Amino acid sequence: MKQTTKLIFELSHKGRVGIEAPHHDIPKAVPDKKINSAFLRNDIEGFPEVSEGEVLRHYTRLSDANFGVDNGFYPLGSCTMKYNPRVNEVTARLEGFAGLHPYQDTTLTQGALELISELEDDLLEITGMDAVTLQPAAGAQGELCGMLMVAKYFKDKGKPRRKVIIPDTAHGTNPASCNLAGFDVVRVASGKDGYLTAESIKKIMDRDTAALMLTNPNTLGLFEEDIEEIARIVHAKGGFVYCDGANLNALMGIARLGEMGVDLIQLNLHKTFSTPHGGGGPGSGPLAVKKKLAPYLPIPRVKRRGRKFTLDHTKGKSIGRLKAFYGNFSIMVRAYTYIKRMGVEGLTAVSKMAILNANYIKEALKKDYHLPFDTTCMHEAVFTDKLQNVDNVTTLDVAKRLIDYGYHPPTIYFPLVVDGAIMIEPTETESVETIDAFIATMKVIAEEARTTPKLLKDAPTTTGTFRVDETGAARTPILRWLPEK
Amino acid sequence: MEFPEDLKYTKEHEWVREDGDTVTIGITDYAQDSLGDVVYVELPEADSTITSGDTFGVVESVKAVSDLYAPVSGTVTEVNDAVVDSPESINDEPYGDAWLLKIELSDAGELDGLMTAEDYKAYTEEEK
Amino acid sequence: MKSALPYIPHTEDDIKKMCEAIGIASVEELLKPIPASLRVDGALDIKAGLSEQETLARLKELSEKNTTTKASFLGGGSYNHYSPSVVDHLLLRSEFFTSYTPYQPELSQGTLQAIFEYQTLICQLTGMEISNSSLYDGASATAEAVLMARRLTRRGKVVVSSALHPEYRDTIETYLLGFNEEPTELAYCTEAGSTIAKSIDSVVDEETACLVVQHPNFFGSIEDIKTLAEKVHAKGALLIVVTTEALSLALLKPPGELGADIAVGEAQSFGNPVSFGGPYIGYMATKQKHIRQLPGRIIGETKDTKGKRSFCLTFATREQHIRREKATSNICTNQGLSALASAIYLNSLGKAGLMDLARLNLSKAEYLKNELSEIAGITATFTAPTFNEFTITIDGDTEKFLKQLSKKKIIGGLGLKRFYPSLNHQILIAVTEMNSKAELDTFIETASEIMGNLK
Repeated sequence: MKQTTKLIFELSHKGRVGIEAPHHDIPKAVPDKKINSAFLRNDIEGFPEVSEGEVLRHYTRLSDANFGVDNGFYPLGSCTMKYNPRVNEVTARLEGFAGLHPYQDTTLTQGALELISELEDDLLEITGMDAVTLQPAAGAQGELCGMLMVAKYFKDKGKPRRKVIIPDTAHGTNPASCNLAGFDVVRVASGKDGYLTAESIKKIMDRDTAALMLTNPNTLGLFEEDIEEIARIVHAKGGFVYCDGANLNALMGIARLGEMGVDLIQLNLHKTFSTPHGGGGPGSGPLAVKKKLAPYLPIPRVKRRGRKFTLDHTKGKSIGRLKAFYGNFSIMVRAYTYIKRMGVEGLTAVSKMAILNANYIKEALKKDYHLPFDTTCMHEAVFTDKLQNVDNVTTLDVAKRLIDYGYHPPTIYFPLVVDGAIMIEPTETESVETIDAFIATMKVIAEEARTTPKLLKDAPTTTGTFRVDETGAARTPILRWLPEK
Repeated sequence: MEFPEDLKYTKEHEWVREDGDTVTIGITDYAQDSLGDVVYVELPEADSTITSGDTFGVVESVKAVSDLYAPVSGTVTEVNDAVVDSPESINDEPYGDAWLLKIELSDAGELDGLMTAEDYKAYTEEEK
Repeated sequence: MKSALPYIPHTEDDIKKMCEAIGIASVEELLKPIPASLRVDGALDIKAGLSEQETLARLKELSEKNTTTKASFLGGGSYNHYSPSVVDHLLLRSEFFTSYTPYQPELSQGTLQAIFEYQTLICQLTGMEISNSSLYDGASATAEAVLMARRLTRRGKVVVSSALHPEYRDTIETYLLGFNEEPTELAYCTEAGSTIAKSIDSVVDEETACLVVQHPNFFGSIEDIKTLAEKVHAKGALLIVVTTEALSLALLKPPGELGADIAVGEAQSFGNPVSFGGPYIGYMATKQKHIRQLPGRIIGETKDTKGKRSFCLTFATREQHIRREKATSNICTNQGLSALASAIYLNSLGKAGLMDLARLNLSKAEYLKNELSEIAGITATFTAPTFNEFTITIDGDTEKFLKQLSKKKIIGGLGLKRFYPSLNHQILIAVTEMNSKAELDTFIETASEIMGNLK
């Protein structure tokens, strides 16, 4: 990996033209004859002026300073960094999809609507739910969507509820989404062995609690064994069970959340369904619900009438819309492509192999790294730095040292309830050889922590960028380039 | 880790120094150490009132954020603007230049409810 | 397990070896934590997998059920622009698109620097001091801006111009559900087609957090931002300026210079295909002093331990993974790859290319607007100046008009009746560099014929 490079603005030379606009084949309008000149700009100060070749080289250099799934093993827990199939990229770019305007008459968009409808059916089958919207742009927006629906459900009944119960192992988006939907968050601690207990929910569940928001498998990688009982308790008081579907990669074809008493679940197409993470989006966060909540789903809804598909904009009880148009369509095309490719047998194998890979790592490393919950895990395993702390080595040091060996580090310091957490999610697309090599490296690092901890403290040294000063970045913020005065 | 004898402490890791009618408050050495490099402090304005147990501001490091809880009730007579400008001083001198507010007490009795240095030290050891 | 399943490398031997290492007889044992009663009985009702070739054929079949071969004059928040070849070539660098959020700065300098540059480009275009790393789309970014204004002013009331994109208004309404607040509308002038500044005093008061106005607005009209800003600021409220056609920023004075407090909008026009409505990219820029209430990821410049310039995520304490329910927003990712596409697009065109392109869009739209207005029975609906989108009034049935155009392979614009029941004779028309003069002339001739027959 190479050193990062000059900013594009520093490569700029006055008068240099990149890609010129097409020729003016019509009479040129004189802007200030049409528009009040006080409304017009004469310059875009500091805007780059570089050649096409320089742009290409600039971004090629930048890509050299990046690490993706294609570069190597990326066991980032909770993020499901599986292989991103290339055929997805081909299908998403088909002109009939990429060139389709969202406001074209539905008679001209039948293929897109059919794809959405079919993807909805498959997601419902996988989750065991009754209705689904593909509108949310990401998992967090799916959560918000779900919690707004729950809030509206109770409001429409004339009995608004104020609270949502969230376990302490939850992703930060869960409490943030609940807050945005107007709820107060009630935290519940998971039990000593990492599971949420029916007892703890029974104690706090009441008729002012709208929902319990949990993740299953939870963020410790454990399947919530009490889930049926927990759902019964919540339902008995008239509440809903929301499941964060971040960890669906463990359950496809094995168990369906709809059959566990879950009333709402958001899926992350960019995790489970192989669409690329794109350096932080775009993703897609469909929300699937049970019948009772279906009328509250965002509009428009895709409707099938015989062989024709339409968009139904009727508001009814719906919460309205979360964004313009219908969702991140090209991400849906990719997920659809993936499901067609995998088929029923493939999807089930995905989850089984993801679980096998995680347990294989868990067993292989549990003597070298402290395993806070030594039990069969699902698709990810959580270790800690407790054994390394003796030598003043922390999770961060282990993570940075992994970079030197050519790996992307696991998720670190999450979940928050585990001190020094190292959360490893291998996914099913990694071969046993890759995993064996990773295990061997983790063992070498554990040994280095004992014998030559400086190697870990100084890491990484191989990427062209050493550890960066995040404190300095926050104390003296530089958030954009400015021309030198 | 320092626990000056002449101060009183809270479970939320604030300290209180009595100066006649007013008190000075800040965050403890233990608090700054667990936060790490402090990058931002938000404090109320002078003349505002604070109530014991309520939040009155925020202190942030790069990866953690902590609400500030009022150890006592009263009126803010002085705000330490220097600490807002250089939050890093909290890491260097939590009991000195990096004090946060001076408060005119509305109920001097509240001071009796605070911890001594010895109690607080024992408390932080339990927290670990 | 069958040997050939896509993307899964495990052979029978691998599985056997791994099970032995774990000390189990089969993978089935690992599923024991899931109660038997919850296990899927049999197989899911999902079709068998297809080969890559078959998959592609199925997707092609679906894509061909869509029509993208007509000359389109649709806009309304989604614009068909030419994307230079370099954009997609670079987006397919898999170091970019197969990576995650740049949590590990040493492995993500490429993404980090690219987004830092994106933030700068957005600041330059909007005339603002700071920008976040992007949000989901223009509509949700507008809703986030409204929430931000409420936090900044500690006021509740929200006023939106009725000339703001209807789907953006709906999105704001949904985002406000949790706060038990409903936006109030500020009427547009039916003659000019722009927001009525004079009416501000009657709806914006001391409890108002912000006024949201689109510029150019949904009808294509250019708003008088400066006057609106003065009036809104007089009440201590903030002005949020929304732009759905970001290319207009290369022609019009930037919102930051005209007094906007938050500039948000949709940057899809920059290098992202229309793609049936998404993924797009919401930009958001504001003033430095508002940084702590700005939602979304922010990239900052710093140094590594050897003193080399480098970049990292910063101001993370605003975000959900640290502040949880007290975060400025629940947003977790940005639209990383879409933002990258925008940045590559903007850098490839550069200052001259982009400004010239904006002028070309203006010229084409003016040409079509003038020529259509010459036709008996068609008038430009509003008097306010426009950029590349404008509204016309048809003396006749708009649906019939559009249908007849469609027969000549022209999608003649967006009938406004669905969004504004009173505008049942109005059509919103967008013109970009993608519409050749020949297309424009066919549109004009056909419209003339249709109007002749409608008479």
